[in-house]
Amino acid sequence: MTQLALVIDLNVCVGCQACVTSCKQWNTSGAAGYMSDDNPYGADPTGTFFNRVQTFEVGEFPNTETVHFPKSCLHCEEPPCVPVCPTGASYKRAEDGIVLVDYDKCIGCKYCSWACPYGAREIDEHQKVMKKCTLCVDRIYDPALPEKERKPACVLACPTSARIFGDIHDPDSQAARAIREQGGYALMPEWGTQPANHYLPRRRTEIRLHPDELERHDNPLKVDGLLPRPSPKDPALDDVTSW
Amino acid sequence: MSASARSEVKTTTCYMCACRCGIRVHLRDGEVRYIEGNPDHPLNRGVICAKGSSGIMKQVSPARLTRPLKRKRGSERGAGQFEAISWEEAFSLLEERLRKIRSTDPKKFALFTGRDQMQALTGLFARQFGTPNYAAHGGFCSVNMAAGMIYTIGGSFWEFGGPDLERARLFIMLGTAEDHHSNPLKIAISEFKRRGGRFVSVNPVRTGYSAIADEWVPIRPGTDGALLLALANELIAQGLYDREFVARYTNGGQLVVVDPHSPHHGLLAADEDADPVNPLYPQNQLWWDRHSNGPCLTHTPETDPFLFGDFTLPDGTHVRPAFQLLAERVAAYTPEWAEGVTGIPAATIRRLAHEMGVTARDEKIELPIAWTDCWGNEHQTITGNPVAFHAMRGLAAHSNGFHTVRALGILMSLLGTIDRPGGFRHKAPFPRGIPPAAKTPTGPEGVRPNTPLAGLALGWPGSPEDLFVDEHGEPVRIDKGFSWEHPLSVHGLMHNMITNAWRGDPYPIDTLFIFMANMAWNSTMNTVAVRKMLNDRGPDGEYKIPFIAVCDAFQSEMTAFADLVLPDTTYLERHDVMSMLDRPISEFDGPVDSVRIPVVPPLGECKPFQEVLIELGSRLGLPSFTNKDGSRKYRDYPDFIVRHETEPGSGIGFLAGWRGQDGKKSMLGEPNPDQWARYAENNCVFHYRLPPSYQYMRNWNRGYMQWAQRMRIRRWGDPILVHLYSEVLQKFRLAAEGKWPGRQPPERLRARVATYFDPLPFYYAPLEAQVTDPEKYPLAAITQRPMAMYHSWDSQNAWLRQIHGHNYLFVNPRSARAAGIADGAWIWVESPWGKVRCMCRYSEAVEPGTVWTWNAIGKQPGAWGLAPEANEARKGFLLNHLIADELPLEGGRTSNSDPVTGQAGWYDVRVRIYPADQKGVWPEFQTLNPVPGTRKAPLNWLAYVAGKRIER
Repeated sequence: MTQLALVIDLNVCVGCQACVTSCKQWNTSGAAGYMSDDNPYGADPTGTFFNRVQTFEVGEFPNTETVHFPKSCLHCEEPPCVPVCPTGASYKRAEDGIVLVDYDKCIGCKYCSWACPYGAREIDEHQKVMKKCTLCVDRIYDPALPEKERKPACVLACPTSARIFGDIHDPDSQAARAIREQGGYALMPEWGTQPANHYLPRRRTEIRLHPDELERHDNPLKVDGLLPRPSPKDPALDDVTSW
Repeated sequence: MSASARSEVKTTTCYMCACRCGIRVHLRDGEVRYIEGNPDHPLNRGVICAKGSSGIMKQVSPARLTRPLKRKRGSERGAGQFEAISWEEAFSLLEERLRKIRSTDPKKFALFTGRDQMQALTGLFARQFGTPNYAAHGGFCSVNMAAGMIYTIGGSFWEFGGPDLERARLFIMLGTAEDHHSNPLKIAISEFKRRGGRFVSVNPVRTGYSAIADEWVPIRPGTDGALLLALANELIAQGLYDREFVARYTNGGQLVVVDPHSPHHGLLAADEDADPVNPLYPQNQLWWDRHSNGPCLTHTPETDPFLFGDFTLPDGTHVRPAFQLLAERVAAYTPEWAEGVTGIPAATIRRLAHEMGVTARDEKIELPIAWTDCWGNEHQTITGNPVAFHAMRGLAAHSNGFHTVRALGILMSLLGTIDRPGGFRHKAPFPRGIPPAAKTPTGPEGVRPNTPLAGLALGWPGSPEDLFVDEHGEPVRIDKGFSWEHPLSVHGLMHNMITNAWRGDPYPIDTLFIFMANMAWNSTMNTVAVRKMLNDRGPDGEYKIPFIAVCDAFQSEMTAFADLVLPDTTYLERHDVMSMLDRPISEFDGPVDSVRIPVVPPLGECKPFQEVLIELGSRLGLPSFTNKDGSRKYRDYPDFIVRHETEPGSGIGFLAGWRGQDGKKSMLGEPNPDQWARYAENNCVFHYRLPPSYQYMRNWNRGYMQWAQRMRIRRWGDPILVHLYSEVLQKFRLAAEGKWPGRQPPERLRARVATYFDPLPFYYAPLEAQVTDPEKYPLAAITQRPMAMYHSWDSQNAWLRQIHGHNYLFVNPRSARAAGIADGAWIWVESPWGKVRCMCRYSEAVEPGTVWTWNAIGKQPGAWGLAPEANEARKGFLLNHLIADELPLEGGRTSNSDPVTGQAGWYDVRVRIYPADQKGVWPEFQTLNPVPGTRKAPLNWLAYVAGKRIER
């Protein structure tokens, strides 16, 4: 069974927010739109976003890590938002595992957002329906698009290619391989939600130098005669013994 | 989506920042539906950033100006009271004023522009007008990065060159703003990390790119020079430099006259009988040959120079190799010394030096590419030492930045990484000779009524004779550029122009024309005072700056001070060129230029600034814009771009692609009337790929040099040796010491020039630190630029302002607690020059001696189409109020700038912080009212759907 998902590589995410606004511009004019903005030019503007980047710090100076953490609907395999929905508006598609909201059925009761442990849903205050990431379901199957562009807008936008899109149940997909080989993990597995989206951890590259790498026969200082060389006048065994 | 909706896709070039990515714009019923990265564009290869993805909201911003505006009679500048006028009235007004200035004293017209990407046109207009008072924003941005590198290696970062992360193993990034060269750098860093490359970031703050570095090396602001010199010290002490590279491709082996009593002291010894080949870039210097143990002409076949030693020429002249002098210079800059200055442990500095040196030495790349050097030696391979660097304003925007950046260029050269795989690589039209050949006039006689300027307004001085000064050594330019105060101010000093004009020092001006620069707000130091200057009147009741015209697309703090406002278009509504004559988007493998082509019609009466210049140039009868009979030469800007040649018949024009009558010539060729169509068919970009043998070692690559000469990219094909030792700087020093036969500085500046024109890099504390009590002001205060904002531009963007709508001062908790400040509290931040009240945010990702905030988030109430109560105005603040534009130095007022280049010392300010007993941002500013032609902002809510917007 297919389970589409995003695998987000925190090793390369620089927190540029490209995924945030590319998502917004695609979806506000798309099938899941609109995505309204309240107080757009006033105090405390707040709008609907399907995807947000949270930035936080870990550790104390100087051992500080700054983590940029993009987060959207994780398209759980056991989505807690679905069974709580009184109208059946919140549903998980059998064919590809995408969790969607049927706006025609949604009554805006917000049960699903209370049930979601990840805070991934956003009520639209003007259409009075719950909205969330659709994995750009109106892009990924669009035959009018070239094959390689049938991906979520955020994936195409991401300048560091930190977002891998694919079927995590297909062991040969790039997404599944990344999870398997690069330590991909799910958020809060203890909730039993089995999030389809995964994250790849930071990886650190170090250079290990050996002391002898600083001692070389071809040290250029030799050429200019600057490596210390004892003078023939310095004391030597020749001065004190004749064997 | 309605089936009847009319959809189309057009390609153009982004301008949400200066990165210039290729984009595809999808339109529905004529409105922008979706902007995506163009996968067929070499710069961004399909990706796009947060700003680029928010172009729609720039298009619909309520801050958009749509009509020419004239300040209401009787209203004060800064109050933002305007009446709409026609373009004809606006042009007539300007024409009359400018014609009078041009026929009397053209320097009374000053044209200064922001990050406009059209300096080739604006510069041409100023030159044709005849005014020396022209510059773009480089002086207050990153001129130290350009000048420090170009005076050292003949190239620089970003548009002019960059790190080859495709092949690097070790990447060191210093002080890089997160919005610079953003998408290409993000692409490259992520691919580099995926390949297992090691990424070290040196920065006082860990955000953005630094967040994913393998190692974060926190450093105190303004001390990067100390770190770089200590790294050079360790590389030389350990013998970890690339000796062959230093000997053959730098001036390290050249002999320097060491005789303090000689007028030639510190100059390169030359064989006066030998052919200098090119007097501008002479090649008759001497080496001391190791094999014959005697002097020889540099690069004589079968010779190899001593890099160390102390020699006497046959005529008795005492000489030492430049490298010996460099080694002597850095000997004192030990890692232990640098630890005390930078805060980086000496062991870390040593380890980093060893990592760099060993990686460069032991992980060499050999490419099977044969090439011939400028001396005729044939090489079967290209060698690369895979250590790459990138740096930007964090190094540059200090008053000691020039020497810091020189130190970086030298470090990169010691490692043998210049224009080699895995190191630094040039982008066309670089490398240039050191210094580049472009020059300004050299005295006031270069400025004459009704005559084009006798040189370029900006140039590259090679000796005191190239300065632009009068017979007393005093400046000719209003910003004092190319004077003894800032001799190598190759990008001008836009940040001093208003203060100087207000004071009438060196002289008053009549008309100031500003394009796209927020000089009344975030682009100026000492903001409150500068705003007063813009509005100040003399005893005669007239404004001290009599007339101010501003062209911009948005209502801003600056437009409020204008007497005349001209509404510019957005990037989606205009033609533009990213030209080889300016700052193209070249790749390592060859020249690339690109264009913008309108995808939607201009809003209201908006007119691109280029059209304004073409119109004014035609009306004023400037030679480049008119026919011999005085009639208008160009229909419009696109026509100008196609038909303009740098000289009649030169074949050099703004665009390098599809030239020639049949469109088959590249780089050089007759104008092609179909050139725009060819760009439109080709993703708006032209990419010329050099053969592999011309892609590397270009400073010394005969094949490349000959090609560049044929294409008229360069006039000369001489090799460009890296200037480890800068003879150019020494010439200025000799002048300051009274030993130079030509021009000499005014007495008050002799010591300053002698100090800072050191032919070898040295570390000094920034000028501001020299006049600030470190006990009283213990913290360095800097700004960072967020990736989702471009300068002050995007506060009018409804999506982006939700990401950065207000800003905090980020403070390390230990520094905050020591000052009794809680997380989230309102605090005072005070420098010797001013204070601001803002909110504090604890951060462990900043070194404790530094505080920082995001740049240009704070706004004047009512500016940028925002409601007066917007967060930008009520919680956002500018650090600019703390930064002085002038310092009490040299017994008077001296620009707070690098004494070599005039680079604004933005990041030098020292502050103290303490709790505030009141809330709210201070200083406070009056609220700006909407201006005629701007639409009412939807303050309640908006929902953007292409073709049917909902606004309430």
